[in-house]
Amino acid sequence: MRARLSRMFVLIGVAVVIIGFALRINALLVVTVAGIVTAAIGGIGPVGILTAFGDGFASSRSVTTFALVLPVIGLIERYGLQDQAKRLIAKLDKLTTGRLLAGYLAIRQVTAAVGLTSIGGPAQTVRPLVHPMAEGAAIKKYGRIDERMREKIKGYSASSDTVGVFFGEDVFVAVGSILLITTFVDATYGLSLEPIDLALWAIPTGIAALLVHGTRLLLFDRTLDKMAADARVDAPTQGAAA
Amino acid sequence: MITSEWLYWLIGAFFIAVAVLIVTDTSHAKRLGNAAFWGILGVSFFYGTFVAAKTAPSWVLGIAVLVMVALAGLGFTGTTSRTRVASIPGAGTGAETGPAEPTAAATKPSASTSVLATTSPDERAAFATRFGNKLFIPALVVPVVAVLVATLGPLVSIGGAPLLAEGSATLTGLGIGSVLAVVVAVFVLRPPRIATPIREGGRLLQAIGWAALLPQMLSTLGIVFTQAGVGDAVGTIIKSILPGGSLIAAVVVYCLGMALFTIIMGNAFAAFPIMTAAIGWPVLVQGFDGNPAAIFAIGMLAGFCGTLVTPMAANFNLVPAALLEMRDKYGPIKAQIPTAAILLVVNMGVMYLVAF
Repeated sequence: MRARLSRMFVLIGVAVVIIGFALRINALLVVTVAGIVTAAIGGIGPVGILTAFGDGFASSRSVTTFALVLPVIGLIERYGLQDQAKRLIAKLDKLTTGRLLAGYLAIRQVTAAVGLTSIGGPAQTVRPLVHPMAEGAAIKKYGRIDERMREKIKGYSASSDTVGVFFGEDVFVAVGSILLITTFVDATYGLSLEPIDLALWAIPTGIAALLVHGTRLLLFDRTLDKMAADARVDAPTQGAAA
Repeated sequence: MITSEWLYWLIGAFFIAVAVLIVTDTSHAKRLGNAAFWGILGVSFFYGTFVAAKTAPSWVLGIAVLVMVALAGLGFTGTTSRTRVASIPGAGTGAETGPAEPTAAATKPSASTSVLATTSPDERAAFATRFGNKLFIPALVVPVVAVLVATLGPLVSIGGAPLLAEGSATLTGLGIGSVLAVVVAVFVLRPPRIATPIREGGRLLQAIGWAALLPQMLSTLGIVFTQAGVGDAVGTIIKSILPGGSLIAAVVVYCLGMALFTIIMGNAFAAFPIMTAAIGWPVLVQGFDGNPAAIFAIGMLAGFCGTLVTPMAANFNLVPAALLEMRDKYGPIKAQIPTAAILLVVNMGVMYLVAF
């Protein structure tokens, strides 16, 4: 009983994370403190904690590879990439913010489903192309957009990439999550699951993700219509005051 | 055989180069703090190679990590409004010189010492007119090369041994694609200096700031959580709330547990073994005689619904917000919450219908 109770104390680390994120304290500090607290409760000594942080950093360097794309993106932004993306969109009359993002979601999901996950990403495509085009489409439609609309467009642009890749990649047999499942259950329970069987069962949810998030992105146009109308109501009064 | 290590050295070199640029920028408000942060991060990418190979002590890297966290957490990094403003002498003159001669204006910002200086909106508009759709070429080089290397690379072998180490094809493709794209961009756009790509990349990197280190720290936290037994504790709690005998309740608890667990750990991969050991295997497969492939595949996707809504999955949710320079760092998560909630219910429904 005592052993079971002390096992629950490690959840204090989880509580530190939740409280820290809720209070919007610097996330890097929150995560580090949570790690130290959890390790200490789990009986890991000071040198062990330092070793854990060192090993964790070394083994997780791959998640920082997005940094490699920054020089070329920064360079072409310097020469007006985002402007050009907006101009391109301005020529396409029927393309609204929502339709554009729904289209990108579909492309991202289908390419991920055939294994092309590295074709997009927040650094490779969202910052230089998708977001400027989505914003350009809104500016074309509404003339000018306020800060609230700008933020919403950014959030939805990021979401179209993330949802697309998440629910597309699992349809591909050689992706990490599928291989993790087969490796784990085959070793632990003596099964011999075929990756293709798992990938097939990812298809219904994949279709649902495309329909649900695609619909939400198309409906986002209405949200923007409403926000633009609200902004227009506010704007003349401000103009009169000035 | 090519591993991913050269790529990490390339990233490290980029961070160090940015640190050097910051040190030489006397107008930077937090010059030393930023330079130290990016410099230590860069060196850590090199040193990490030897830690991964177990030829250097890990605790040294652990101290470096804590120093970086202290620098960022105590406010020694980041940019202030003073340095962030791009209004440096010479910027904005593009409108006066007109689109015909944008290069004259473009050389001025780079002549400034500010590491955050870039072209003004007017200059960018003029450049966009001049280069047109050529601007998309470097942007497209990255995914095209990345995909080519990722798909064809594993097929190449030299003397019977594969050229690329297992699992490194995607990263290698991204690395080669990024380098080639810079070369193409320099060739097409002819920036004033060879350091301009580093300078502009550094500007974006500083916009991301310490959030660039966050995904790695969260990954570390996940490892610490697992070692300390957080997974077992959560698994025990979730198992204890499961009412016996009800199939639908078991499906709901398994899927909900995967999502909640992923929210805590930031990663569905960490949640899967524990939830599967607690409920997926003993209750759903053995108890209710379910189809294991369907249960495990859909269970993992229920975990992905958790990934969509947790700041713990920083590389998917917080880094995009930083990259897009959003005010609300939780903006992408807020856009994803309704989709995640609906898909979680869909996963429960699909599992209930097809797996039993």
